[in-house]
Amino acid sequence: MSRPQPLVVGAGPAGVRAAETLVKAGLRPLVVDEAPACGGQIYRRPLVKDERDARALYGSEAGKAQRLHGAFAALAGRIEHWPRALVWNLRDGRADIAVAGESRAVAYDGLILATGASDRVLPVPGWTLPGVFTLGGAQVALKAQGCAIGQRVVFAGSGPLLYLVAWQYMKAGVKVVAVLDAAPLAAKRHLLRGLALAPDIVLRGMRFAAELRLNGVMLRHGICDLAFEGEGRVAGVRWREGRRERHLFCDGAGYGLSLRSETQLADLAGCAFAFNQRDRAFLPQRDPSGRTSVRGVYIAGDGAGIAGADAAELAGERAALALLEDRGLPHAPERAADLERKLARIGRFRDVLEAAFPFPAQWAARVKDETVVCRCEEVSAGALRNAVRDFSLDEINRLKAVSRIGMGRCQGRFCGAAAAELLAVETGRGVEAVGRLRSQPPVKPVPLTLMPREAAE
Amino acid sequence: MSLFHRIARSDHAPVRFLLDGVPCEGREGDTLLTAILTHVDKVRVSDFSGAPRAGFCQIGVCQDCWVTLADGERVRACTTPLTAGMSVVTGAAA
Repeated sequence: MSRPQPLVVGAGPAGVRAAETLVKAGLRPLVVDEAPACGGQIYRRPLVKDERDARALYGSEAGKAQRLHGAFAALAGRIEHWPRALVWNLRDGRADIAVAGESRAVAYDGLILATGASDRVLPVPGWTLPGVFTLGGAQVALKAQGCAIGQRVVFAGSGPLLYLVAWQYMKAGVKVVAVLDAAPLAAKRHLLRGLALAPDIVLRGMRFAAELRLNGVMLRHGICDLAFEGEGRVAGVRWREGRRERHLFCDGAGYGLSLRSETQLADLAGCAFAFNQRDRAFLPQRDPSGRTSVRGVYIAGDGAGIAGADAAELAGERAALALLEDRGLPHAPERAADLERKLARIGRFRDVLEAAFPFPAQWAARVKDETVVCRCEEVSAGALRNAVRDFSLDEINRLKAVSRIGMGRCQGRFCGAAAAELLAVETGRGVEAVGRLRSQPPVKPVPLTLMPREAAE
Repeated sequence: MSLFHRIARSDHAPVRFLLDGVPCEGREGDTLLTAILTHVDKVRVSDFSGAPRAGFCQIGVCQDCWVTLADGERVRACTTPLTAGMSVVTGAAA
């Protein structure tokens, strides 16, 4: 019997380049992706083509988006592509995949996880109000759905996406009321170091900020104690700058603090994790090629640690070359070394970005008891603090068992970082000391009506 | 009042659906979330507090926009394409 084919999870920049590289070597991978079409989040396409061209949808990244879409289209017939499909579990060399109303168990030989990322959020008062979305969500509404999340929109949080999304809304003709950056203005001096590493990205970001300001958008730095207000939907935003409290009316808000990696499948695959200081998160351990601690399992792209779309394309190709090498196939060692050099350079730039948009570590000490931390189960910061004290907890999975934090439908994707920060402060330790939430199948909700089907391949 | 405001795709074909029993129109290419939020400002209420919710991440991660259809089926609005004849109930905990 022939060897099973590799499985690539995710059809964003990393997954597409991984699949392309495997196909070039004569393999026929199965590519599973939740979206109806390739592109991931950054190069996501509207469900139905509309009047906007690639330039309008992807801006300066239009060329990259079109090349990636084109590369994937060229693989048609040479890969298996399951769109609208969810890998909901990994066990014993098989993936359980929810697709077309049934659950298929698929054996694979070689697994490349390119699962991407979503917004990192620290809960603030009012963050569950209708009209408050993640920065990424605000961007998807605009790009993929052609809708604005409001008519007077505030963008808050930190990270490069903050300025990009605000600028995209302004360009689309939406009234952007303010951009509220948690990072202090002084931190932006680090971007000067970034000029040498990625001048185009730094200059583009500076242009976004300058154009926002020129168009009358209020830009504030070093804001804290952010709160969204409103009855039944967002109607305003409040924040503090030093001793001064400020308020603005708005009817939509985008909020996010950089990104967080989607690592559940790596966990279910048995990969060892380690704390990553730059991402302030536990990430699957990997070598520069993308090999994890589990033989035959590779990770690439933002799901392996936040590095952006350009890095994801490089890392997807690099991980595929590692898979080819481990399978005894030609694996282009010089190309692999070149990819690793480029990835290391991007890594140095990520250090700069983290310094320019530092994580607001003071959040955990300042968050009020009544603030809802878990939006699924509505667990408050006070309930978490009480649980930590009453049960003398010092580990995040114990806190989960007692408080239900991370047990809701999102499985800790939006509260996990916050709960760990709170637990660390309450127990007087660094966040790396409190452990990480264990992942459970199904990694996302699947219908109980899924019909199981054991496939031979 | 709606949460979302259309700024593109105004020429896409209308798709009829029922929102809390009221006939509404979305557009071809809408997700169910878009179709709902271009008419009203919530998709469900929280199981715990009863507070209104309208989704958050819009990319199928936060699970905040599950809605109940009239036949009892529950779907995640941000990743479900709008199809003609859908009947959505927004007042329910989903």
